[in-house]
Amino acid sequence: MKKTTATKPAKKPVRKPAAAATPPAPAKVRVATMWLSGCSGCHMSFLDLDERIVELVKLVDILYSPIVDVKEIPDVDVGIVEGCVNNNEQEHELKKLRSRCKVLIALGDCAVTGNIPGLRNQFTLKDCLLRAYEQTESTKISCIPNDPVVPVLNAKARPLQEFVKVDLSIPGCPPDADTIWYALTELLAGRMPQWTEKNLRYD
Amino acid sequence: MTTKTITISPVTRIEGHAKITIHLDSRGEVDDARFHVVEFRGFEKFCEGRHFTEMPQITPRTCGICPVSHLLASSKACDAIVGHEIPRPAKLLRELMHMGQTIQSHALSFFHLSAPDLLLGFDSDPAARNIVGLIQQQPAIAIKGVRLRKFGQELIKLVAGRKIHADFPVPGGVNKVLTIAQRDEILKGLPEAFEHAKFALELLKGYHKANLADVEDFASFDSNYMGLVQPDGALELYDGKLRFCDSTGKMFHDQISPDKYLDYISEAVEPWSYMKFPFISKLGYPNGMYRVGPLARVNVCSHIATPLANDELKIWRAKGQVRASSFYYHWARLIELLYGLERAQQLLNDSEITSTDVLVPNQPTKREGVGVVEAPRGTLIHHYWVDENGRIEKANLIVATGHNNLAMNRGVQALAKKYVKAKKLQEGMLNRVEAVIRCYDPCLSCATHAVGQMPMQVELADASGTVLDQATRG
Repeated sequence: MKKTTATKPAKKPVRKPAAAATPPAPAKVRVATMWLSGCSGCHMSFLDLDERIVELVKLVDILYSPIVDVKEIPDVDVGIVEGCVNNNEQEHELKKLRSRCKVLIALGDCAVTGNIPGLRNQFTLKDCLLRAYEQTESTKISCIPNDPVVPVLNAKARPLQEFVKVDLSIPGCPPDADTIWYALTELLAGRMPQWTEKNLRYD
Repeated sequence: MTTKTITISPVTRIEGHAKITIHLDSRGEVDDARFHVVEFRGFEKFCEGRHFTEMPQITPRTCGICPVSHLLASSKACDAIVGHEIPRPAKLLRELMHMGQTIQSHALSFFHLSAPDLLLGFDSDPAARNIVGLIQQQPAIAIKGVRLRKFGQELIKLVAGRKIHADFPVPGGVNKVLTIAQRDEILKGLPEAFEHAKFALELLKGYHKANLADVEDFASFDSNYMGLVQPDGALELYDGKLRFCDSTGKMFHDQISPDKYLDYISEAVEPWSYMKFPFISKLGYPNGMYRVGPLARVNVCSHIATPLANDELKIWRAKGQVRASSFYYHWARLIELLYGLERAQQLLNDSEITSTDVLVPNQPTKREGVGVVEAPRGTLIHHYWVDENGRIEKANLIVATGHNNLAMNRGVQALAKKYVKAKKLQEGMLNRVEAVIRCYDPCLSCATHAVGQMPMQVELADASGTVLDQATRG
């Protein structure tokens, strides 16, 4: 795996120039990962880093993620988001993360383009809900979920950059682990990853 | 009367988007508890108009944790539309891929998601109670989990070309053969994988012994069970017929052809969740609650056709046919993990596994097709209707986690009644409630094909809806 730079020592954590004046640099880069409307395949691909996760957690603290138990988004250096924005709560969470992170990464095609969840955009939301909750052949007791406890669906499923500034997009459905590793290690080394045909080819 | 509501959001370390609310009565006792799935994507609508051959590529995007299950259920539904038996080697390869997924998904569920509770403790620091904390505190154990999952993922990659969202099974068979070198490479990794699986089983049995009272009563309740079995009643994950048992293990439907599912299963919708509530039709709603997945499969099967897993089954059944506590999901999952490894070994040693006879012509000849597999989390049903050109007219999906929806709600209620003593919300208590959900290893990503992610937050509200207290962990 030529892309691997695991053995290189971590340099400066990623931060915007404007933030350079802020007080003591954290020992580790603070990371949050978030899962919006997607299949979790990008998080699974992240776990496909396998043993490299052990290396990674020496360099970063994962402070918020579907795999950790912290429920409120803290201030972080890097926010990584899988999935597109499908409802009002996701929109809110995404904006909150954006306001609390220095670098925002759109991980995978749903975050970058809307991808499969975006297929619903060719139909009205009402028709999608009617099919799922009223018309499917197995549904015998029906209603459309509308309790205040469930989020309100947006009319269309949209990618991240329609809501917030995205600093880096990692395309793929999902991007493979080597590509995620390359992107993270480049960022940790203070460089912006450069995409080539080679590192975006996944099969 | 409900006077307070506790909301847990997001529910973490589960594979999906959800909330839990706990409703308290005027005395501060638990009145009701609900598990809400908060995402909806609409696969059943947006697949309309697509060519049926695209379905095995679109529908796995329901879930990145068990994409292979969707890929296989979808391919089987498409096979039915094609109307020909697929060649035996193609079947073997698909099942092998499925075993790879069973191994990786069960390893993920146990080591990455649940072991932090079991090994670090339910009341340990939430910030470290995760796979990373486990890597730091118990590296030797965590690495075994990482490597076992990796074995399953590598198997999938060798058989199917990539780990997540491979395009290998297609209507009529598969599009790639397994080389002898690839077969041998998988075989080479098996001994280590067996070691890790056995280690996990011993670890779990040790935990079980040390915490007997707690685990026996961990969201234990009666329910029906459903799962695929072979013609002789043996555990089956890829093919087979449906068996339904009651809470004592007595069968009431057996050898049901999966394409007749509509005669046995119905779904209800509740306004407070995007995940539907399947129930057994003849028992009605909500009495027709049933469970699927590892616990159900191990409860309903007559035996397991591989020796090591069957020995473990005998230990599991020492006290009777059926285990009801939700904790036993973990144990059942590890028995299946062992079965997955043994079955993979059998398949790899089959002389036809490297055959090149893997695909039949795939023109549509039928207007309807049902495909069913046992996904890691339970029975997965894909049902498509096509026009004369093979375009999808309608699609219906019932996913593994959906079947468990009523049961997960019941489990949360049972545990909330035991651990939530109102007034002050304690972190470890909330984590136990969440851990019930985690037993089911819910793939809310799947469930929100119609559903998505499982967040956790607790809210207390009085009867007028005024929020009295709120606890968000972190």
